[in-house]
Amino acid sequence: MYEMSLAEGVRAIVEDAARSQGLTRITAVVLEIGELANVEIDALRFCFDAVMQNTVAAGARLEIASVPGRGWCMQCADTVPVARLYDPCPRCGSYQVQATGGTEMRVKEIEVGRDTGDLAEEPTTRT
Amino acid sequence: MCTVCGCGAPEGPVYTSARPAEGEKAPASGQTRAFRPAGAHEHLHRHADGTVHDHAHDHVPGDDPPHRADGDTLDYGTGPARAHAPGLTQSQMVKIEQDILGKNDRHAGANRRWLAQQGILALNLVSSPGSGKTTLLVRTIERLAGRVPVAVIEGDQQTDFDAERIRATGAPALQINTGKGCHLDAHMVGQALGRLQPQPESLLLIENVGNLVCPAAFDLGEAHKVVILSVTEGEDKPLKYPDMFAAADLMLLNKADLLPHLDFDVERAVDYARRINPKLRVIRTSATSGEGFDDWLAWIDAERVRARAGREVENRSVAAGLPATAEAEIAGKPAPAVPTTSAAERGEPC
Repeated sequence: MYEMSLAEGVRAIVEDAARSQGLTRITAVVLEIGELANVEIDALRFCFDAVMQNTVAAGARLEIASVPGRGWCMQCADTVPVARLYDPCPRCGSYQVQATGGTEMRVKEIEVGRDTGDLAEEPTTRT
Repeated sequence: MCTVCGCGAPEGPVYTSARPAEGEKAPASGQTRAFRPAGAHEHLHRHADGTVHDHAHDHVPGDDPPHRADGDTLDYGTGPARAHAPGLTQSQMVKIEQDILGKNDRHAGANRRWLAQQGILALNLVSSPGSGKTTLLVRTIERLAGRVPVAVIEGDQQTDFDAERIRATGAPALQINTGKGCHLDAHMVGQALGRLQPQPESLLLIENVGNLVCPAAFDLGEAHKVVILSVTEGEDKPLKYPDMFAAADLMLLNKADLLPHLDFDVERAVDYARRINPKLRVIRTSATSGEGFDDWLAWIDAERVRARAGREVENRSVAAGLPATAEAEIAGKPAPAVPTTSAAERGEPC
């Protein structure tokens, strides 16, 4: 149920943003999830739909950008790509690799719905 | 700059081949413009002598592409917004750029600062259910009795059995029941600190919910996560649940007194754990026989010295109106420092 906590974290951030900027409808939420962040994407999607009900982002699309894992190889003394925490260094085969990137879990941005009052600066074409 | 792709263009006017400017010669006729994958297009440009011709080129990854063609994949999500919403421009996207667990991390930062000001060493003990955490804590408290004040926060889904076991030692203990939750979070711990009011320069042991997955992600404001792996579990547990072993600074290989009765390969378990976390310190312990407790308590003592030294720095900063050092940690856990110690220097009992 870790993904449920993450989904609730996303909801809190989205609702804060909507409140502070006066947004009434959010149609998509874009996340950035690192490959090494231990997030089960399918579970997160499921939880996202559940926790967003009855919020400004009800029914919103969830887009997830993956961030590649990176690690510091002590043997190579260099940064190397890492797909999983327990993978060896792809260059030298050493397990002396410390994850340095790809662990992030961020809300990058949200997409604002058109049928809201927050785009008032745009000329309206509806009658 | 090329208006199609945004690439750096040659000096002088640049046009796309579809719209040559008035007066310009058209490109040589007879040229077939075959379909090219996304990323390929032409630049028409004029040389100083007035001749005009075009260059077709393709953008490749590494060439700062706004889009990427890769075999069967057309990826339009590589632009600055890393997102492409059909029918909508990216300008209608509102930037948020916040960590999903940012709220937890802010609470953790507040906890960490308060703990630093008090000079309290806080350890977050994590493991599977049944690894012997509570027994280990009881034994630890008994060994420290009269020398080091200890307070305990117990996390379990239900019951306060564990807190009762701790209180029986005379140490103050507060039970947090997470209900449906699978981990403690920093807000819960902050509230517990307010109620428990651990003494300045004491040792605070936080026994997390028995779970090797979720507690890895939730910073509570502790100085270190200590992962406990008992030898009645598999040696391969570090590989099965890598995140917890990556997040911990110390592993206690517990129930070591049972090793003669088990087919547990200590070296392999340590090797697996260090594949995940090369800097991980390992101490073999047994709450029953007391094995390894001298090393474990020496480690605690060294960390308490550090916490007390940190308190002086912290309080000097506060007195001087300088930003407290803990603030820097709230901003985000720094990337793991480049390790400088060799395996031999780590000095592990295993």
